[in-house]
Amino acid sequence: MVEFVRSEIDILMVVKEVGSPASGATDVFIGTTRDVQNGKRVTLLEYEAYESMAAKEIKSILNEARATWRLEGAAIIHRLGKVPVGEASVVIAVSAAHRKEAFEACRYLIDRLKSEVPIWKKEYFADGSVEWSRSDEFLPSGRTLS
Amino acid sequence: MKIQVRFFSVTRDLVGADERALALPDGSKASAVLEILGLEFPLLLEWKQSIRLAVNMEYTHDERILNEGDEVALIPPVSGG
Repeated sequence: MVEFVRSEIDILMVVKEVGSPASGATDVFIGTTRDVQNGKRVTLLEYEAYESMAAKEIKSILNEARATWRLEGAAIIHRLGKVPVGEASVVIAVSAAHRKEAFEACRYLIDRLKSEVPIWKKEYFADGSVEWSRSDEFLPSGRTLS
Repeated sequence: MKIQVRFFSVTRDLVGADERALALPDGSKASAVLEILGLEFPLLLEWKQSIRLAVNMEYTHDERILNEGDEVALIPPVSGG
């Protein structure tokens, strides 16, 4: 399951989505918006995506996870638009027969999402400045960050 | 040939548009998109090293040969999650 939403993510709905009688473990990662970035106070975050490609990339990393671990269910929901501090911007839920697979796959999915999927975060600071966030995890092959 | 270029985040701010059509000689490489847009928007070139190119919603490399109607996206460093 891949979904983009523009209002509060229903975390319980995501957990239920991956539930299955065969799973003995469900691991959930909740990414929340933080109020401080590089020592500056953040008041609001805003996410945008290249939605068609982002959905395709997320499906692709979900397939990679399913090929690596034996999973019962996997879902990624990302919020877009303005997100107040302290709310969930992304929820990833993975279910498997045993916890090891669920933990490993969940970690893999959030790491890949943050480095590959075309989604961007804009940070609004208390001092009035606005900046596109720049992740250190984005390192295109054959290129280096300037 | 004509292609469609899409901009996001930093690249959209630099160009001042979500997308635009671009005419290129047949057989052009993906890298030609940045070279040509760089003439009009020199600041794009400062970001060149950290911009990834996608063609038809798939990451690609500079040498990829473009075709009529391709959708090329200039993808600045992603920061989702």
